[in-house]
Amino acid sequence: MPEINLLEAIRQGLDEMMAQDDRIFIFGEDVGRRGGVFRVTEGLIDKYGPLRVLDSPLAESVIVGACIGAAMNDTRPIAEIQFADFIAPAFNQIVQEAARIHYRSNGDWSVPMVIRAPYGGGIHGALYHSQSIEAFFAHVPGLKVVAPATPYDAKGLLKSAIEDNNPVLFLEHKKTYRLIKGQVPEHDYRVPIGPAEIKRPGEDLSVFAYGLMIHYCLEAAQSLAASGVSVEVVDLRTLRPLDVPTILASSRRTGKVLIVHEDNLTGGFGGEIAALIAEHAFEYLDAPIVRLGGPDVPAMPFARSLEDAFMPNPQKIIEAMRRLAAY
Amino acid sequence: MTVSIADLVPGASESGGDLSAATLREMFRFMLLARVLDERMWLLNRAGKAPFVISCQGHEAAQVGAAFALTRGKDFTLPYYRGLATVLVMGMTPTEVMLGLFARATDPSSGGRQMPAHYSHRRLKIITQSSPVGTQIAHAAGVGLAERIKGGDAVVWTSFGEGTTSQGDFHEGINLAAVQQLPVIFQCENNEYAISVPQKQQMAVTSVADRGPAYGIPGISVDGTDLLSVYEVTRRAVERARRGDGSTLIEARVVRLTAHSSDDNDRTYRSQRELKSMRLSDPLARFAAYLHDQDMLSEAEERDLRAEIGAEVDAATEAAEQAPMPDPETLHNYVYAL
Repeated sequence: MPEINLLEAIRQGLDEMMAQDDRIFIFGEDVGRRGGVFRVTEGLIDKYGPLRVLDSPLAESVIVGACIGAAMNDTRPIAEIQFADFIAPAFNQIVQEAARIHYRSNGDWSVPMVIRAPYGGGIHGALYHSQSIEAFFAHVPGLKVVAPATPYDAKGLLKSAIEDNNPVLFLEHKKTYRLIKGQVPEHDYRVPIGPAEIKRPGEDLSVFAYGLMIHYCLEAAQSLAASGVSVEVVDLRTLRPLDVPTILASSRRTGKVLIVHEDNLTGGFGGEIAALIAEHAFEYLDAPIVRLGGPDVPAMPFARSLEDAFMPNPQKIIEAMRRLAAY
Repeated sequence: MTVSIADLVPGASESGGDLSAATLREMFRFMLLARVLDERMWLLNRAGKAPFVISCQGHEAAQVGAAFALTRGKDFTLPYYRGLATVLVMGMTPTEVMLGLFARATDPSSGGRQMPAHYSHRRLKIITQSSPVGTQIAHAAGVGLAERIKGGDAVVWTSFGEGTTSQGDFHEGINLAAVQQLPVIFQCENNEYAISVPQKQQMAVTSVADRGPAYGIPGISVDGTDLLSVYEVTRRAVERARRGDGSTLIEARVVRLTAHSSDDNDRTYRSQRELKSMRLSDPLARFAAYLHDQDMLSEAEERDLRAEIGAEVDAATEAAEQAPMPDPETLHNYVYAL
């Protein structure tokens, strides 16, 4: 199996799906000739033409809004929001339109579309090129939210997202784009939206994370193994719908839970996971549920010293794991 | 540019252009049906039977004129909440409208989930609407974009009030449609009020149509109480769109003959004089007078038509009132599509 990075996996996923289904088109800023600011769509305009790999005006609400309309006229749009930080102007179109159209039309209309959004920090992007936005959107019934961590999952989940008949917010951690490499089979496959995956089995404590944090958690778990602490790392992969059975089963098995995300702590998605475990697996817990997240400051600053202070990293995760294991 | 049909088609205001007498009578019938249905909804509201009404009264000519220029079953409409006459022409029945008013399970727009007048009907290509204004303008551009990608020749028509032109989606949607020369017609029904706020506090231009050229598309202002002018302007915009020449922004100047909604009281912000004088601009009376003048509709025929429509609205009201409410068990249905 060839080893490719996460960005290449997404590009392959787009390419293979567009080759199969001419209803699929990509709409976003700089996605055409430039191939996207991260080069995810590089080369696709040459294969599929400027109408199916279409540069949008610099206007996020209509990037999403037009894709909603297009989805209702029997196409399969893929919107690219250049940086997840720029999604706010499209919030109304995503939350009140895309996510509600099937419900509000009593099942008559549906909006099969994907919104790709590079998110996350650690890349010197400062306040407006580093944000994690998942908590805003995972709150919304009618929307699916996907956040893969590996090239295999990214490609397989992207294909599932494109085939899904609902709006899917597809979150791509931009630090993983070129950093994370992995084996991706050449044959056509899917990773279903919904199921989490235990990326590393363990017995002493369960860690729940997604995106870049999975890799930091795996690194931390590896390092703790030497000192005899066995950590189970569960990659949620999909935040909505959430794989509650896998979360509860792992929590019950280990009795100790750490939740890690880069998004700031208060109101973050970790709160929902903690509540579910407290509600349904309380009797199995041997320690309070621990959340490790970004600090409650408005967003990630530019200066390296401040950015490092913001970002959860393997060292911070190791410390949290140690404390929890010793509880 | 403000136009009347006489500017477009010399002699047309006398003849009704290329429309047959039968078509003109059919147009009148839809205007009258919309009015009678609308008035009935207010009565039901005041009688405590319908929690909310939002009105089309005064907009009928603008909507019937425009919708007759579209091809039913082929072209898409995204009408805003005053679009009662639009959806009737596009094929929604009075009973279906009343099912929405009473929030019944079989309401085709939403199965009783949305407030009344949030029209939707997939088979009729009427696209579902929400309450935050202007979002449909971006959707309309996207429907047009998909049509271009598919290589089809359906036209997309959307409507909104002049207050909505202040929204970002108005700008973003029209700009995209203009840049890509999409087959979309944007109809602003300018009744001079966004609830209570007058046009002059909404924009510094005197006509919404002035904005068309700023986007690189034609902007046409038309007397929206004159059915034939609206029809002719829209017919040309449809031809242009179907040819692949792109979008048109149409401002139909209309009058809002009611308060904003059943929860509003326009006497708190409209003068007595205005409340009286606006009746002189009633598009229904205007078109009836035209048809009488042209000997296309006699007083007796109009009387018969009113009786027939009254009976139709009675039957629709009764059928909808007796229809079942949505089952509470269905609350969780259709959160996600399968």
